[in-house]
Amino acid sequence: MFSIISALVENKPGVLFRLTNMIRARNFNIDSLSVGPTEHSDLSRITITMDQDEHMINQLVKQMGKLIDIVEITRLDINNTVYRELALIKVKIKGREERTEIINLTNIFRGKIIDISKNSIMIEITGTKDKIDAFIGLIKEYNIVEMARTGITALARGVKSE
Amino acid sequence: MELSGAKAFIKSLEAEGVNIVFGMPGGANLPLYDELYSSNIRHILVRHEQSAAHMADGYARVKGKAGVCFATSGPGATNLVTGIGTAYMDSSPIVAVTGQVPRAMIGKDAFQECDIIGICTSITKYCFQPYSAKEIPETVKKAFYLAESGRPAPVLIDLPKDVQQEIADVEFPELVKIRGYKPLIDPDLDQVKNAIELLLNAERPIIMAGGGVNISGAFHELQILAEMLMIPVATTFKGKGAFPEMHPLALGPIGMHGHAEANKLITEADVLLAIGSRFSDRSVGRFDEFGKGMKIIHIDIDPAEIGKNKQVDIPIIGDVKASLRAIIKMLPNVIKKDNTLWLKRVKEVKEYYKDYIKDYPRDVTAKKALKKLREVLPAESIVTTEVGQCQMWASLHFDVIRPGTFFSSTGLGTMGFGFPASIGAKAAKPDVPVVDVAGDGSFNMTENSLAVSVLEELPVIVFLMNNASLGMVAQWQRMFYSRRMIGIDLKKMPDFVKLAEAYGAQGINAESMQEIENGIRTALKSNLTTVINIPIDPEENVLPFVAPGTGLNDMILSA
Ligand SMILES: Cc1ncc(C[n+]2csc(CCOP(=O)(O)OP(=O)(O)O)c2C)c(N)n1
Repeated sequence: MFSIISALVENKPGVLFRLTNMIRARNFNIDSLSVGPTEHSDLSRITITMDQDEHMINQLVKQMGKLIDIVEITRLDINNTVYRELALIKVKIKGREERTEIINLTNIFRGKIIDISKNSIMIEITGTKDKIDAFIGLIKEYNIVEMARTGITALARGVKSE
Repeated sequence: MELSGAKAFIKSLEAEGVNIVFGMPGGANLPLYDELYSSNIRHILVRHEQSAAHMADGYARVKGKAGVCFATSGPGATNLVTGIGTAYMDSSPIVAVTGQVPRAMIGKDAFQECDIIGICTSITKYCFQPYSAKEIPETVKKAFYLAESGRPAPVLIDLPKDVQQEIADVEFPELVKIRGYKPLIDPDLDQVKNAIELLLNAERPIIMAGGGVNISGAFHELQILAEMLMIPVATTFKGKGAFPEMHPLALGPIGMHGHAEANKLITEADVLLAIGSRFSDRSVGRFDEFGKGMKIIHIDIDPAEIGKNKQVDIPIIGDVKASLRAIIKMLPNVIKKDNTLWLKRVKEVKEYYKDYIKDYPRDVTAKKALKKLREVLPAESIVTTEVGQCQMWASLHFDVIRPGTFFSSTGLGTMGFGFPASIGAKAAKPDVPVVDVAGDGSFNMTENSLAVSVLEELPVIVFLMNNASLGMVAQWQRMFYSRRMIGIDLKKMPDFVKLAEAYGAQGINAESMQEIENGIRTALKSNLTTVINIPIDPEENVLPFVAPGTGLNDMILSA
């Protein structure tokens, strides 16, 4: 099952290594991992997605829970979570016509054109993995030169009642 | 207080109540050693850092407190690795302290630099590298707290040399908090209730006591519970001795080389109470076969052990002792549990297997030697083992009388563990005899610790069952590789009596049962480090044998 695990971790050197090292040593197979700062300067958030059976996901959560640098860990409820990925896609273009087509497609997907030159165009698109996959599926018909995706980051909706 | 990092470190060790460290100095930990010079902490100089880690481990297992070992950077640190890995797999608390090159040199491939934290991350609970002298007292406190609390484990502290030398104004905290670490001690009482109900309604209940019982020291609680409910008690190999093995309810260890009756009965049970066990493959055989048609209650302090290898029906997360106490406390006052039929079956199976495994036809066999050892050794003696046939024979034929007196490298299976661990055990409990049940191959690996045992006056007995071969490997080659024997012949090398004597220890050749008995008595009386060399036939097998990848029911009972 597609699952998102969100962890607040100590913001200090070695933390990401410990986590990825455990994932490797215990033979887990994750799909994406993203790290970034939070509203607290001493904490970072790590978001992991994984598409595995229940047992595997539970085990990963428990093994992550054992890591000393992980302060808090939650398995997000997909139905009550906002999750997004960002992709940057550079496409080579042959002529005006192609350029217009790509710009139209990008607009339909609410992407942005962030760089443009005579023979190439760079698109920024955010959304769920499926949306980005679908967009890439269409844009593939053109000449994709390079692409970078961030992996998913996510937050639960609403405010936890204290 | 204005102090050097090294002084702050030694002071912090003293504050933790450390009075012995096992180690070897070198360039990168010299400032630490210089402070050790003026401390009351006893330093045991080892001949190889692997043994320092095993000694700290043996010490820790006996004391129930972290053992400490020191090594320099680079090769000193890497030599510790096997010992740290061994302690990790057996949940033993050690604090390993390595020297590191000065901060500015880290990452420059400096002389004797190695990324020991990178190497040890998978085999420690945590690795610290204090980057200023100020951080040291807090680091040490955290290291001991992590090593000893929850599920015990090794912790590494890597100390850059210039941090040891740096002078700073340091403070010694009374308490430390680690916000990402909250070991659960007390069990969930609803689950305890569920467990009790299951146990009371079971027809064929069985207990599987694992290493967690030994670590938690829950011997008394285990015995009370077993006796109250009249449940037979099997152990894992790591749990060996958690329950007195001569008790009428005792079945002995299960597993690859478990007791036949334990392996058999555990497959017949309807409710299994697994206590402080991680359901290792060596203990339970095939995961999918083990526990079929059985309800399983699993007590463990480590939540990640629940469901890791085996799905269970009732998880109880908590310290073993606290959990057993909770169960006992919540048991109904008057228990009328009729286990008669099941206990009759237990007796029947025990009888059946009693003489099923034929004795190997020699005047001196490993089995007879170990039975003799049990007969002569005082009940409170501590036994460690090496790895191989010697270890499994000890499991099968040496009954532990006093709980918590048997220690082996059960998880990593480290040859060479037993002897240094026995020295560490002796340091922890100098007033009881300590014996390492050894094979010649394993003893070869760390025999240089004879120097330590003799010079530091930590006398132990090496009970060496000498089959002039790597016996366990030989057994596999005989049984699974059509007798294509390779890489197992040790050719009666060296002469272990002379070897012992060369180190100033006592060497005794024991070629008959009488000589074995005399040898043990001489060793006990002399209180000297003694190697009792017992030549045995290289073809004697360990039986029964549950071949890897099969279920506990598929025991090979004769070769
Ligand atoms: C460090 C290490 N290397 C290799 C092994 C693989 N191994 C397991 S048992 C064994 C033979 C042990 O021989 P010995 O100590 O003489 O004991 P015996 O089996 O003969 O009783 C070997 C080589 C191991 N367990 N540990």
